[in-house]
Amino acid sequence: MNQSSRLTPYLYVLPLVILLSFVFGYPLVRIFEFSFKQVRGINGPWIGLGNYRLILSQDLFWESVRHNLLLLLAVPVMVAWSLLIAIVLYERIKGWRLYRVVLFAPYILAIPIIAAVMKKMFQFSGPVNEVLRWLGMDFLALDWIGSSDVALWTVMLFIIWRESALGIILFLARLLSLDESLIEAARLDGASWWQRVWHVLVPQMKGVIEFYVVVSVITMLSSVFSYVYIMGGGRGGPGTSTMVLELYIFSALIKLSLPGIASAVSVLLFLVSLILIVPLFAVRRRANEEEVASS
Amino acid sequence: MKPDNALKHAILLFAVFLALVPSVFMVLTALKSEEEYTFNKVGLPHTVVFDHFENVLFGSPFFAWMANSVILAAGAVAVSTVVSCLGAYAIARMEFKGRGLLFSVSTALMAIPPVVMIVPLFVLYTQLHLISTYEGAIIIYAGLITPFSVYLLTTFFRTLPRELFEAARIDGAGDLYILLRIVIPLSLPALLTLVVVNALYVWNDLIIAIIFLQDDSKRTLMAGISVFQGRYDNQIPLTMAGMVIASAPMIILYIAFQRHFIQGLMTGAVK
Repeated sequence: MNQSSRLTPYLYVLPLVILLSFVFGYPLVRIFEFSFKQVRGINGPWIGLGNYRLILSQDLFWESVRHNLLLLLAVPVMVAWSLLIAIVLYERIKGWRLYRVVLFAPYILAIPIIAAVMKKMFQFSGPVNEVLRWLGMDFLALDWIGSSDVALWTVMLFIIWRESALGIILFLARLLSLDESLIEAARLDGASWWQRVWHVLVPQMKGVIEFYVVVSVITMLSSVFSYVYIMGGGRGGPGTSTMVLELYIFSALIKLSLPGIASAVSVLLFLVSLILIVPLFAVRRRANEEEVASS
Repeated sequence: MKPDNALKHAILLFAVFLALVPSVFMVLTALKSEEEYTFNKVGLPHTVVFDHFENVLFGSPFFAWMANSVILAAGAVAVSTVVSCLGAYAIARMEFKGRGLLFSVSTALMAIPPVVMIVPLFVLYTQLHLISTYEGAIIIYAGLITPFSVYLLTTFFRTLPRELFEAARIDGAGDLYILLRIVIPLSLPALLTLVVVNALYVWNDLIIAIIFLQDDSKRTLMAGISVFQGRYDNQIPLTMAGMVIASAPMIILYIAFQRHFIQGLMTGAVK
């Protein structure tokens, strides 16, 4: 090997290393630095743990954390619903391909667009409540968007509505790769629908379900900005009822011009995502092995 | 067997209803007049009006927003694809120190939420006057979508048969020739998946768009509609007409390329 060919691989990865260092490396170093400084404009004096002390003593921060954690309640609902629909689809009802295209549509539509639509649908005087009253379910005709007790649950419904589409497609793909003889055998043994689902299908889907759960947990903790931004009028409203960590960082940076505070929260969010990387990689490997084992 | 199937159909129809109801509401409402919507919120429009579409298209810069979104998506996807193809080729097909580490780090970055990177980049961009520039936003988007691209392309390049490379080498082909003339043509399905997922990510993104493209003339479609829906808050049919226009491009592409969308977004589920 001559000199130039030993260098070649590095030339090929150089643009990649530069791009990732700039967009990920630089900010990840800087958020730690900023989080210990009182940044005004572009820099500022070192203040030790001042920023952390401030956010940890602030109700709004803890409220945001609580809201992100509450959103985790959506995950079991998403899993159950996606599983039900995927299994029913798997039983090869006529037209399942068309069903699949339609049921995946929520995942294609942009979140801000649907947020604007849902906001109107769930208005107090909107069509959802009109239908509920017409059905005689007046007790359910809540102020979905305008009440601070309800708004976060409305956002959660919206998240379940969209993220379930991904679950359905993932689960269905896994089901379609299963060995059909097992299911056929269970049917011939006289197993009921529930028994077949619970003892034959679900155990073989463990990997993909775990994968979906971990991905959804990451979403709930760190990727719900688009869901809450329009629904909560850009402020996490009404009041602070739909405030989440991403919006907290956004407001601290843009509205209050406090990069130090925003960085401290970014550091905490980064540490949470670091913790979640371990299970993510483990479940992704297991889901892949499951796929390979069955094919 | 019969009643069982009826129940399954009922469940599926309910799921379909839920999946479609926001879109149906959006389209039906866009066709109603403001007066009609006040007393007819749920039903079909009694008289169909197209005025709202006209008002939206002439009253708000939807096409300019869309053009900005197209520029950003195309720019970011182009940059990221070139960078990722080169990098993934080296990771998959060349021996060098740090190869495993680079791949692990790049893959791990897929799980870092974009919001974490925003603060320092915003501060830096303010200093460098890169706020509200296409180049600035394209670099950020390209960076954010690259870990997934590298992951997908590396796994794909590794599945290509080794003999292919050996044969080309014996014929005296260089690395760049092999990459451009052999690897890329064989990877078109993977590349298409990648383009779909990445373009959709940039097109649908809101947080980077509102922070890094604050100037009116640089606003993307998603940032634009968040302003638009706030401005016409109480003109619901008009707002819905805007949303129909905003969602039209993606719905058309989805119907045309269903399989690539479904395949691609399943692969990209980590994002």
